[in-house]
Amino acid sequence: MSTAPPPARTRVWPYLLVAPTVVGAAYLLVYPLLRNLLISIQHFRMAELIHGGAPFVGLDNYTALLGDPEFWTVVRRTLAWTAVNTALITGLGTLIALMLVRLGRRMRLAVMSALVLTWATPVIAATTIFQWLFQSRFGVVNWTLDQLGLHQFHDYAWFAHDGSTFVILVTLIVWQSVPFAALTLYGGLTTIPGELYESARLDGAGPWQTFRLVTFPMLRPLFALVTSLEVIWTFKCFAQIWVVSQGGPNGATTTLPVYAFQIAQSLHKYDLGSAASMLTVLILIAALVTTLRRMYRQEGEETP
Amino acid sequence: MTATALRRLRRAPLNLAALAVLVTSAFPVYWMVITAFKPTTEIQSDTPTFLPLHPTLDHFATAVSAPGFGTYWRNSLYVTLGAVLLALAVALLAAFAVGRMRWHGRRAFILLVFIAQMAPWEALLIPMYVIARDTDMLDSLSMLTLVYFMTTLPFTIVTLRGFLAAVPAELEEAALVDGCTRPQAFRRITFPLLAPGLLSTSLFGFITAWNEFAFANTLIIKNQDARTLPVWLSSFANVFGTDWGATMAAASLFMLPVLIVFLFLQNKVTTGMTAGAVKG
Repeated sequence: MSTAPPPARTRVWPYLLVAPTVVGAAYLLVYPLLRNLLISIQHFRMAELIHGGAPFVGLDNYTALLGDPEFWTVVRRTLAWTAVNTALITGLGTLIALMLVRLGRRMRLAVMSALVLTWATPVIAATTIFQWLFQSRFGVVNWTLDQLGLHQFHDYAWFAHDGSTFVILVTLIVWQSVPFAALTLYGGLTTIPGELYESARLDGAGPWQTFRLVTFPMLRPLFALVTSLEVIWTFKCFAQIWVVSQGGPNGATTTLPVYAFQIAQSLHKYDLGSAASMLTVLILIAALVTTLRRMYRQEGEETP
Repeated sequence: MTATALRRLRRAPLNLAALAVLVTSAFPVYWMVITAFKPTTEIQSDTPTFLPLHPTLDHFATAVSAPGFGTYWRNSLYVTLGAVLLALAVALLAAFAVGRMRWHGRRAFILLVFIAQMAPWEALLIPMYVIARDTDMLDSLSMLTLVYFMTTLPFTIVTLRGFLAAVPAELEEAALVDGCTRPQAFRRITFPLLAPGLLSTSLFGFITAWNEFAFANTLIIKNQDARTLPVWLSSFANVFGTDWGATMAAASLFMLPVLIVFLFLQNKVTTGMTAGAVKG
């Protein structure tokens, strides 16, 4: 009885089905991004937040930001932060994955359970635990270091010094992120056929050569994926730093996302904060494009 | 026998390394739980004890009776459940369109989902704050629910599409031949087969929303009654001062639901979690 021909119906349905997703993304992702861009080219401080009517100032905020030596210190610190964390996470993740493959069944299960337990720990629970572990008076870390003969750590105030706060935050991020890297790489390792290792052994390859010539080439895409994800995650990391140190002491742990939030929320310079956020997004996009292109290319190989 | 002993000896460094990883990985969580059960005199002692010699529930009592604890727990639960259910409903529709239909713009839509999955949410704190302020949504749980809905949606679509692909389309077509309408075929045939997938997907969304801190910290400012657990816990010093026992008890209670979810998902954790990042 229906007057509309079936092809037309099929042509409308998919668009109706994805409409809620598109509307959600438009209002809660695209619009905030555009709004961020808009604020970054306006003079937008406390008064404009309350009364509106922010005037356009072109690229003034960006010039102010890029001309500020503090901004460049923050950028350099963010790159160092990202590099140190990513190197440690992928390095330790790889070593643990290689170790897991060689372990006996029971020991492997125990280590993997411990890794999953770490993975399951919520970010804010972890920050709270680490603040307790490194507490100066009754913290178990100081007690252990003192027992090991490093008496300078007796009552040492970790969160009062630039370097030590940075070290704690790196430890926290690495501790939280290694399980994902290790378990993902372990999953990849189990897919490599044993004959490859067998022939490498017959050819007289040592452990390092085997890794370099067999394991790494086989898992190259997985390594690339884990590394780029870790780069993105540590680069934009905010909650851990904000809760533990708020970017302090003396700005020693202020990375770009923290910096943007600080100048917006504490100093009410929403315009400069937005400009810093936009620059963060630009750097992230550069890192993302490689990852996305890989995922998109895989998508082309498969149709429903 | 000597051969086994020799093999054991050769494996010793490996097992020692494994033990080190195990202890480093598990100790912080163990220390949280143990501190929560220790009496204060043992917590504030110059020589720490590593076993629960005199376990007590005092700290849990302190944590639970802290002002607002019940409210924050309920807020967290409402926001999380609201976001997850909304994301599930919306993602189911989108996953069906992507997984079962051919249409112009399908690839562009998938690209949008991937981009959204990697969206730099941390860089959107400022505009979200301004938007929430402009629309009178500041200090309200509904704005937070919407944000969590959007942060979990892309992942939910990708995973659900994977689960949907595992349900043969022929089953649905057979139902269509038997006289079902398309929605009926979906509800009676595909949906029941999809239920386990829906459950585990929603649990991953649950973890994300339950743990979220940055937006909860930015969007809930003046109205303390609308705070969620992570923000409350992050300011433990204001609540418990130097009462580390109560702080660790509160952290344990906050972690408990997540741990239960993880145990429930077990081996799906590694495969499912990476399915969001790697392709499912």
